[in-house]
Amino acid sequence: MNAPAQAAPNVSVEVRDLHKSFQSEEVLKGINLQIAPGQIFVIMGPSGSGKSVLLKHIIGLLRPDSGEILIQGESIASPGIRDKFRMAMVFQSAALLTSLTVAENVGIYLSEHRLYPPEEIARIVAAKLEVVGLQGEEDRMPSELSGGMQKRVAIARALVIDPQLVLFDEPTSELDPLMAVVVGQEILKLKSLTQATSIVVTHDRNLAFGVADRMAMISEGEILFVGAPEEFKNHADPRIRNFIYAELPPSHSSAKRTDPIPLKL
Amino acid sequence: MFQNIGEIMILFWRTLRAVPLAWHQRRKVFDQLFEIGNGSLMMVCILSLFIGGVLALQTGPELVKRGLSFVLGGMVGESICKELAPVLLAILIAGRSGSAMSAEIGSMRVYEEIDALRTMNIDPVAYLVLPRMLAIALALPTLVLFAIPVGWLGAAFISAINNQIAVGFNVFFQDLRDVVDAGDVANGVFKSFVFALAIGIISCHQGLITRGGPRGIGRSVTKAVVNSIVCILILDYFLTRVLIYVQK
Repeated sequence: MNAPAQAAPNVSVEVRDLHKSFQSEEVLKGINLQIAPGQIFVIMGPSGSGKSVLLKHIIGLLRPDSGEILIQGESIASPGIRDKFRMAMVFQSAALLTSLTVAENVGIYLSEHRLYPPEEIARIVAAKLEVVGLQGEEDRMPSELSGGMQKRVAIARALVIDPQLVLFDEPTSELDPLMAVVVGQEILKLKSLTQATSIVVTHDRNLAFGVADRMAMISEGEILFVGAPEEFKNHADPRIRNFIYAELPPSHSSAKRTDPIPLKL
Repeated sequence: MFQNIGEIMILFWRTLRAVPLAWHQRRKVFDQLFEIGNGSLMMVCILSLFIGGVLALQTGPELVKRGLSFVLGGMVGESICKELAPVLLAILIAGRSGSAMSAEIGSMRVYEEIDALRTMNIDPVAYLVLPRMLAIALALPTLVLFAIPVGWLGAAFISAINNQIAVGFNVFFQDLRDVVDAGDVANGVFKSFVFALAIGIISCHQGLITRGGPRGIGRSVTKAVVNSIVCILILDYFLTRVLIYVQK
């Protein structure tokens, strides 16, 4: 059994002129990004703007029509790249294996790659579950967990890999505001524990500004902005401002407060 | 269709290449074996009992009319072990286990579980397809080995109790012993092994290419079962031709 090779705790990511179409629809129109090692890089954008497709290219689940993704200078398409760099992804749906228990889900990377004996795997799994506040939940099935707990199990599964690169796809979607804060804290905790490079795709503004070192805005398959969170907040582009500051009209909310609709039985 | 056949061939090749990892996947193989083998055993026994019975009922009276009742055991016995047991059990297992395989893998595909495996550098072929292929390739021939004697018993029982046939157990099994040998049983077991590989690979492939939500999963299950049955019947003809030639 081989323990994971000791390597740099994080990697750089570069996206060069990435194009992708599904049938006749062009989803990514020449994306260029550079993400420094150890950063939490947040990609924001409206639904259907191509964020998740970009993320799936970065982890190598989709192949681009043209352009390339470089992990620490090496193409994601090159053979053996996954043996060389430890990468993990936390899916929007958590993507836990529903036929396995929480412990088996969290330890699957270690057991399938035969990195440690079962007792050691059980110890590591218990430690990682404790990090995400799920100690004692080892024997439960994913279907018995709430959405927030499933996301935290998925984060624990990513932690076990001791990743150099972690990708989060809409980590707070379908979660209540309190649980969204917990997941945001887990992302920050994961960075402080592993120093991994993190890429977070979200349209949750609170999460984005709470965790980002740098941010990008993607709209209709194109990057509109890349920079620091403060620059992002103060950007003049109306598409960015609309996205960041979109709220219900005050008159609508005040009308609701002053003129409640009478309850008719 | 040709694209699907090509993909199935590639998946089969990748599964063969993953065979050295079989020992590591032994727990999943045992789980699947239990599901396919033990879970189907009772149904298989009932099915073969009645297949044997109905075969005796259809052929027995005609043979008796022609004064050929002494050949009933051999004829029915050979039909069961060379043809009916492997083909009908394969169809049963395609409906029962092939559908379960495609539904389970299809659901994992739709709900991104297979993508999650890939991101962890876990090969879905070794993790999902290999254990199912090994289990069905072991379970179906074993079930056929069970089904053959049960089918014989069913046929012998009906032959004995039916007034129009009235062939006793001794006569039935004496002829069966004279006609059927180990090669005939091996013939049926070999056929079922090939059918098992076909059901396994078609069902797993259909699961892996599932798209969409629950409707996509349902469509995959239907395709897996229908394609498996069509493949079993086509393969049966060619295998029979080859085995007749080999056994000469």
